[in-house]
Amino acid sequence: MSAKIRKILVTVEETHREMDRAILPPTRKAVAGAVIENPFAGVFVEDLTPLMDIGAELGALLGARCVAALGIPPAAAESYGKSAMVGEAGELEHAAAILHPKLGAPLRKAVEKGAALVASTKKMGSPGQVLDVPLGHKDAAYVRSHFDGMEVRLSDAPRAGEILVAVAVTDSGRPLPRVGGPTQEEARGKTG
Amino acid sequence: MPEVRLRKTLITVEEIYHEGGPPPATPLFRAAALAVIENPFAGRYVADIAHFMEPLNPLGAALAATLIARLGGAARVEGYGKGAIVGTAGEVEHGALWHAPGGYAMRGLLPNPAAIVPSTKKVGAPGTTLDVPLSHITASYVRSHFDAMEVSVADAPRAGEMVLVLVMSTGPRIHNRAGGLAAQDMIGKDGLR
Repeated sequence: MSAKIRKILVTVEETHREMDRAILPPTRKAVAGAVIENPFAGVFVEDLTPLMDIGAELGALLGARCVAALGIPPAAAESYGKSAMVGEAGELEHAAAILHPKLGAPLRKAVEKGAALVASTKKMGSPGQVLDVPLGHKDAAYVRSHFDGMEVRLSDAPRAGEILVAVAVTDSGRPLPRVGGPTQEEARGKTG
Repeated sequence: MPEVRLRKTLITVEEIYHEGGPPPATPLFRAAALAVIENPFAGRYVADIAHFMEPLNPLGAALAATLIARLGGAARVEGYGKGAIVGTAGEVEHGALWHAPGGYAMRGLLPNPAAIVPSTKKVGAPGTTLDVPLSHITASYVRSHFDAMEVSVADAPRAGEMVLVLVMSTGPRIHNRAGGLAAQDMIGKDGLR
């Protein structure tokens, strides 16, 4: 089963200035969201394999959309995250089936590599609700400068029988990181 | 003259394939460009503000060019609109400064932009949503192209900021069937029909 996509949203945010300090180069984050039909809305289905396959499809599609929107080579991606919001006729487990079994591998391919866990959130929701996509460094999950998040929100989704699936990718960390911890330079990117 | 101090930009592109009906051959694209800038008049009443329009011209041109590029070129743009959200230390009149620089930036880059650029504005807090109207670039009465795009920025506008918005679309509403003047029947001279 492939995803039945109603719409796709891609947003790029650039921060040029914060607390009256210039951010050079600007930090840049992208989020790509797809609104899909929930094939299991309104019914309990034991085998969620079709949603796992949809997750794989969307990991590749949305990861590539983020990288393209940032205009960077895939290797220049620095952090990533994934989220899903399930419309009211579905169940939270549908989000889990999309996000966890198969979405990560094609997403990592879209950003060339990624040793670290892909941070995630999920929730049930309705049109207009905000979905906060968490962000963590793609090669070393403990790189503190890259813990962040990005909002995605659509006024008309997810309808009851839909799921909003989102992937976020950046080419940078927070604008003014100064809370210590392991740095990107120290991260070897092998164990994640 | 105050300079434009840009804190952040957001560029959003929405691709709409269907809304429950038969998917058209080409999806509808709607795009919004948002700039978060310092409001140089925040916190006090300033009588003479019109001079701040000129420094906004390059910002308008840059946002309009970005939207056109994201939508695949000026020839594909059929609808436009603009808006502003003024942070709570400002007044709605500050948002009105965007009318000329925002509108003429788009009209300067698009073919036959005879129609007025529809707009909306308000004072609001960070995360406030703004429904930015969209209508046909050549003839305002083309009913299929009346639409809107909702925008917001989680952390803007702060009290002393403004969010300035331009939006463009590549075609009619996805399942438009409410009649009225059709794009192929417009005259294209007076901006209305």
